[in-house]
Amino acid sequence: MTCREFAEFLDAYLAGSLPTEQRNVFRRHLAVCAHCVSYLDSYQRTVEACVRLHTTDDVPADVPDDLVQAILAALPKTV
Amino acid sequence: MPHRSELPTADAPGAAADAGEAALLAALRRGDNDAYATLLRQHGRSLFATARRMLGNEADARDALQEMFVSAFRAIGSFEGKSQLGTWLHRILVNAVLMRLRHRRHRPECSIDSLVPHFTDDGHHAEPPCPWSDTAIARLQSAESQAILWRAIDQLPAAYREVLVLRDIETLSTEATSTQLGITQNATKIRLHRARQALRTLLGDALEDLS
Repeated sequence: MTCREFAEFLDAYLAGSLPTEQRNVFRRHLAVCAHCVSYLDSYQRTVEACVRLHTTDDVPADVPDDLVQAILAALPKTV
Repeated sequence: MPHRSELPTADAPGAAADAGEAALLAALRRGDNDAYATLLRQHGRSLFATARRMLGNEADARDALQEMFVSAFRAIGSFEGKSQLGTWLHRILVNAVLMRLRHRRHRPECSIDSLVPHFTDDGHHAEPPCPWSDTAIARLQSAESQAILWRAIDQLPAAYREVLVLRDIETLSTEATSTQLGITQNATKIRLHRARQALRTLLGDALEDLS
């Protein structure tokens, strides 16, 4: 396996969607390629940081009153 | 004169909730002003949270929520009731958010080819990646990481920013993302992978620049 192939199938590897044989090829490449180990680590950290935006975002207690009023005022006056 | 009706409460369970939603929908279709206020009370908080999460700031989220409700008002006549109102509203909100993401450029976008890794003819890294420093990693765990991350996301080309926000931040499935963007699931996967690779480059540069 080359570094190019490693990078190309990295998402599938992390998603666990690669067949066992191909997964083993990935692991063997990681065992001998420090560059791809670094790449995998920083790639994973990037994805995890994005997912944290979903899980750690503070949910507002409610829609601010002024926004509620602005939305209701912005509705077309055809009713 | 606006119509008025008996409107459902937000927490009615089961069949009563279905009946409540049907009553609310009927009131919305009649143009009942109170019904829109009820709709805001029932779904506004969740939709506002979604908009904030996907856009990364409150000002854009406020605008997207307002656009969503105006769009919903105009389209309520064509809502067939095949999905829950909340699901329908979420879809309209995501469309409003995507429009904002497409047109938002705090910084110049970078070309995707300049951000994904390049390889030599024999398949090795043309520019071998270095491990991120401990300082950079610590910064990624800190409170300031959200702002750093959003600055990097905003530099992605719009098509890549959209798919990354839908899949990794809003955590939609590949199928839902492809439907929302009107592209195949395979194209969604390929675009997401390139978006992640590009974001890794931008984020790495930003974190090391600050170190």
